[in-house]
Amino acid sequence: METLKRHFRPEQLRELSLVFLIVAIFMFFGSQIEGYFSPRIFNRVTSDVAIITVVALGETLVLLTRNYDLSVGSIVGLTAFTVGKQLSANPDMLPILALLMALGLGLSLGCINGLLVSYGRVPSIIVTLGTLAIYRSILVAFPGNKIVVIHELPAWVVDFGRVQLFSIGELNIRPVVGAAVLMFVLFQLVTTYMPYGRRLYAIGSNPEAARVGGLPSKRIVFMAYMTCGAMAGLAGFMFLVRYGDLTVVAAQGLEMQVIAAAVVGGVSTNGGSGTMIGALLGAFMINLLQQSLLRWLVISDFWVNALLGMLILLAVTIDLVVVNRLRDIWARSGLQIRPTDEEWQVKEKESHVP
Amino acid sequence: MSRRLQFLKSWEGLLLVILIFVIGFNVISTQHYLGLQNQINLFELHIEKIIVVLIMTFIIINAEIDLSVGSVMGLAGCVMAYLWQRELPFGLCLLAGLLTGLLAGAINGFMVSYVGLSSLVVTLAGLIGFRGLAHVLLENNSVGNFPPWFEKLGQEPFIGPFPFAMVVFFVMLIIAIIVLQRAGAGRYVYVIGNNREVARYSGVNVRRVKMTLFILSGTIAAFAGLLMAARLGSMRGDTAQGTELDIITMVLLGGVSIFGGTGTMVGVLLSILIVLNLRNGMGLLNITGETQTGVIGALLILSVLVPNIAREARDAWNRKRRVQRIRDGEEPEGG
Repeated sequence: METLKRHFRPEQLRELSLVFLIVAIFMFFGSQIEGYFSPRIFNRVTSDVAIITVVALGETLVLLTRNYDLSVGSIVGLTAFTVGKQLSANPDMLPILALLMALGLGLSLGCINGLLVSYGRVPSIIVTLGTLAIYRSILVAFPGNKIVVIHELPAWVVDFGRVQLFSIGELNIRPVVGAAVLMFVLFQLVTTYMPYGRRLYAIGSNPEAARVGGLPSKRIVFMAYMTCGAMAGLAGFMFLVRYGDLTVVAAQGLEMQVIAAAVVGGVSTNGGSGTMIGALLGAFMINLLQQSLLRWLVISDFWVNALLGMLILLAVTIDLVVVNRLRDIWARSGLQIRPTDEEWQVKEKESHVP
Repeated sequence: MSRRLQFLKSWEGLLLVILIFVIGFNVISTQHYLGLQNQINLFELHIEKIIVVLIMTFIIINAEIDLSVGSVMGLAGCVMAYLWQRELPFGLCLLAGLLTGLLAGAINGFMVSYVGLSSLVVTLAGLIGFRGLAHVLLENNSVGNFPPWFEKLGQEPFIGPFPFAMVVFFVMLIIAIIVLQRAGAGRYVYVIGNNREVARYSGVNVRRVKMTLFILSGTIAAFAGLLMAARLGSMRGDTAQGTELDIITMVLLGGVSIFGGTGTMVGVLLSILIVLNLRNGMGLLNITGETQTGVIGALLILSVLVPNIAREARDAWNRKRRVQRIRDGEEPEGG
């Protein structure tokens, strides 16, 4: 028990239980749906998860600082639509240029959010509620016919969504999935090991203390919003590649799904706690459930969202009741916080060195 | 005199100036604006939302939020329509719709005040879950053919030229102003919003107040959903989707702090009038609904941003002047 406590944190137990839950969902639907373990379903699920994950990673950065970004759905929609329009207008645009355009557009939209939140000192929920509406209305005010159709897009867009990067057995890993995994690893490393990542946690757990302690809070929050915007831009590009046909309501309501994914994954909306792997698992679980229920003929697929709502409530209740209690037990046993007496003495000596 | 100037500097004063501008602009740009029918239409198109705005004001002042109102509106209407489709007596259907709202509010309230979860997360779950249930009930169908008296209630004048929903709104507005601004219950709402712990130590039953507010919110949202069914004459799974954003925007524009504890009903009323007049004016100029929402979003941000910048500029100016005066030897340093 002691060694267990020394090597695991309560959050990790939580993530582990999410993994078990995902496996359980897999097993359950595998026994219910014929051909469930086929590569086709795997590809569907992973492609969708990739989009939500990318947005959820960015959103988690913002959530960690005790802010919200409700405008991500509109950013994804706006970037997907703008890039789609550009590509159908000039089909010989280089793919890398289209990608950079999506990233740049997302970055600048996130930049506006960040400026208003950190330098304009407007509460984040007001800013992003406003920009949620503004970005969407820019999209609707687009001149010309308000639709992107797949056959007007250059061929590489359609192919890009379908080709395989490499395959494991029969399971194809598509480029979008590869990109999502890459981003996940990057974000996990940054939030765990880089000073910037740790500062996000510091600001989220106690903004006042972080400010008094001399952290450049404004700049850090601003950068979190910028990154979140860029990730939403990337997701917009992935959205275009994945679906091809777009209308002006593309990705509407995505922000709620993304926040739901983060919350199910254990990211606190009060800031300062949560991990990237949690957000990833949350996104995966929600999407897996959605895709599986769509194919399960016993209940109508209209149940998806009703179940999702219950799942969120369940996840946060368990968080509150179980994980907080575990955290108490860990704290009381003092394994992680209190150094041994020898360690104290060493530290004392070190601190007295002139 | 100075009190009047103080009022102009307050949030409500700012809103009043904006409102006068908007109305002035509307009067100049379209000649249909001032007609009584247009004035009634202006309220009628968004009447369900502004009814919910009243209770949302209480909730946000109480430092909570209810994102699920739009879905509860939809769900209540769908429960009613579902039972009506199964040929139950219509009165029973209406009652079931209201009870649905009450139950939804009670679930939210229980999770927030007794379990102790954050209201943002709880009602986010409600936003997704209740909407999901509404879709489960009606699937892709649209249910209509309600009894004639019901549709008449929603679509035709009730007292004088005013429709039923508008009468309800004004009665509720008066009650809300009295309760929030004059009654003891209103003081509780502010105290809890300002500092929950202090309120608890002063003997306020915080849990019960919060629970009551959420139950009221659910019930009123359900009532608004039924009014919507009466006005539209049919219900679908996605009726009233996305209204929560409009509702919260109106409350926040009214000067209610998202962190709770401040804000007045008068401010919210002014912001309702601004939003409705702005939408109406733009509608008369053939500007689409989505663009209207965008403009209101911009107004929401600006209404917080501009006073912030003004304050910053004034502080900077004062600092500069003081430094100057210290240099000139008119004022002792550190005084």
